[in-house]
Amino acid sequence: MRHIISLLMENEAGALSRVAGLFSARGYNIESLAVAPTEDPTLSRMTIVTSGSDAVIEQINKQLNKLIDVAAVMDLSEGEHLERELMLVKVRAEGAMCDEIKRVAKGFHGRVIDESNSTCTIELTDTCAKLDEFLQAIDRKLILETVRTGASGIGCGERILKL
Amino acid sequence: MELTGAEIAIRCLQEEGVEYIFGYPGGAVLHIYDALFQQDKVKHILVRHEQAAVHAADGYARSSENVGVALVTSGPGITNAVTGIATAYMDSIPMVIISGQVPSYAIGEDAFQEVDAVGITRPCVKHNFLVKDVKDIALTIKKAFYLAKSGRPGPVLVDIPKDISNQKTAYAYPASVNIRSYNPVGKGDSAQIKRAVQMLLEAKRPMVYAGGGVVLAGASAQLTEFVRLLGAPCTNTLMGLGGYPATDKLFVGMPGMHGTYEACMAMQYCDVLIAIGARFDDRVIGNVEHFAQVPRKIIHIDIDPSSIAKRVKVDVPVVGDLKLVLGQLLGELRSSKQKPNASDMATWWKQVDEWRVKGGGLRYKNSTEIIKPQYVIEKLYEITAGDAFITSDVGQHQMWAAQYYKFNKPRRWINSGGLGTMGFGLPAAMGVQLINPGATVACVTGEGSIQMNIQELSTCKQFHLPIKVVSLNNRYLGMVRQWQEFFHGNRYSESYMDALPDFVKLAEAYGHIGIRIDKPSDVEPALKEAFARKKDLVFMDFQTDPTENVFPMVPGGKGLSEVILAEDL
Ligand SMILES: Cc1ncc(C[n+]2csc(CCOP(=O)(O)OP(=O)(O)O)c2C)c(N)n1
Ligand SMILES: [Mg+2]
Repeated sequence: MRHIISLLMENEAGALSRVAGLFSARGYNIESLAVAPTEDPTLSRMTIVTSGSDAVIEQINKQLNKLIDVAAVMDLSEGEHLERELMLVKVRAEGAMCDEIKRVAKGFHGRVIDESNSTCTIELTDTCAKLDEFLQAIDRKLILETVRTGASGIGCGERILKL
Repeated sequence: MELTGAEIAIRCLQEEGVEYIFGYPGGAVLHIYDALFQQDKVKHILVRHEQAAVHAADGYARSSENVGVALVTSGPGITNAVTGIATAYMDSIPMVIISGQVPSYAIGEDAFQEVDAVGITRPCVKHNFLVKDVKDIALTIKKAFYLAKSGRPGPVLVDIPKDISNQKTAYAYPASVNIRSYNPVGKGDSAQIKRAVQMLLEAKRPMVYAGGGVVLAGASAQLTEFVRLLGAPCTNTLMGLGGYPATDKLFVGMPGMHGTYEACMAMQYCDVLIAIGARFDDRVIGNVEHFAQVPRKIIHIDIDPSSIAKRVKVDVPVVGDLKLVLGQLLGELRSSKQKPNASDMATWWKQVDEWRVKGGGLRYKNSTEIIKPQYVIEKLYEITAGDAFITSDVGQHQMWAAQYYKFNKPRRWINSGGLGTMGFGLPAAMGVQLINPGATVACVTGEGSIQMNIQELSTCKQFHLPIKVVSLNNRYLGMVRQWQEFFHGNRYSESYMDALPDFVKLAEAYGHIGIRIDKPSDVEPALKEAFARKKDLVFMDFQTDPTENVFPMVPGGKGLSEVILAEDL
């Protein structure tokens, strides 16, 4: 099953490679991984999207906790949570085609952030599934580049991951 | 007072009470060696290969309660050390490795002897550090020792660039250390402890399965008391031997691939299994699915939550320091009004004793013509009164030592159980001998393994280490040959050890005494003579039966009850 795991870790050189190394060394799936410093610059927050049986997910949580640099781990999938991913898509867009793309993007609450004679770049923020839907909705042949950040997740209401 | 990074590093080792370190110099650690030279509290043992430095530090740690320390240079120094580090990691041995690194300004430029030490060791250390500022050295070393010995122990690497070890800063050793993201556990959850004891008291066929964690936690006394109070059969894994006295009647031997029949059967058919500091390793329970076919409840106690429910489903998990948890279990067991059901226990022991008979005990057919390796270990046990520190290499000889030397005390059996590193035995024995001066230390090895670190005979000479090398020379990579005989149609591909050196001459060349033993009748006199030489290293080259196999055997991928017993004797 798909799980989204959030963690806080020391913002130190090499901390990211410890997490990435753990996943490859133990053969765990990694769908996406997003990381950046928090409001406290000594801490980084990471969101990992992974999948596996219950036993594997339990091990992933335990193994992450075991890393010395990891301060807190929360399996967001175990409760109410939100996830968002940012995607930038550049498409071939000339004349009428351009208007059509913009119309579809608008339906997905997308924004045009760059335009040229022949291209159009759209920014979208939504769940991973919704972004996939958008890519399905436009003509695949027109896509020049897609850039996705991977999901970022947060618990709902009082579900807080903090030190 | 201002000190250089190198001086600080050595001061930190002094503060940690380190008496011996094992190492090998080189460009990137020259400042540290210079600081070492100018003091005499920390003594340095110059090995002949960095792998041996780490194994020696490992043996030092395993046979005491100290943290082992190794010092190596950058590049080939640290890559040579990796096998030793991985060996310590797999067996959770507390150790600090200090490595030199190229100057910080040269990192990333493919400088001479540059290798990404932190990257290369990451999967086989508990944690590692690259020191980027001389002001961080003291705190980093303090953290390294704290991490190495607390919680589930393990090796910690501190990589120090050459320029950092030469810069000066004010020195003060931190009195304490706090790592906010690291909180080792203490006591176990009391509700879980109650559940565990209840389950054990209601069991009809309880069984105690104790591993290396008991030895590491210094919890043998508590384990022994617990098992006796419960009256249940107890098995110790390869890593746990000595955790419970092997000559006690409740002890059923080692379980697993080369365990006793009774230990394997009792593990398989008990109704409540309490695992204490053991991890259901593939060499212990064999095929997981086969193991799971028989219903039994499992209580699992470990300091590392990730060891619990990793390979088998667990009914009562208890996370905690084994010494404390065993204390809690004992308290609960003593205060409980309920006692183990005497008639159920009698029936269970009747069954276990039947297995003991059916298995026929550990046995081999002795000979007056050719030396049987098992016979050598039996005699070794007698002559050393069961009280020696025994290090071992990896192969058949290791299994025979584990089977036939009855360890009654913890930290006496020193072997590479997790990684299975040939070449471990001799350097490990050096560490054991240094921290236990005056003790009898023997290295049980094979003609294959000993050649992987034989150069350490030179270190032994320099530092007067009177180790007794018991080489069971079967002219084969015996364990490989055994598998080829059983599973590869007797095709002995590259397992014959041709062109062996004359080990007696070799020992003599290094300045030691060598004895070659060809006849069974010479085994005992040779051992007696060797062990009487308290001050000398004696290399005993026993010419053993090349065709002997290790039994019992649970073949890889098979279940515990599918154990093959010794061929008809
Ligand atoms: C460094 C290393 N390389 C290879 C192996 C695989 N291996 C396991 S046992 C063994 C044979 C060991 O031979 P020897 O030391 O003569 O012991 P014997 O089995 O004959 O008693 C080998 C090659 C290993 N464990 N370690
Ligand atoms: Mg051999």
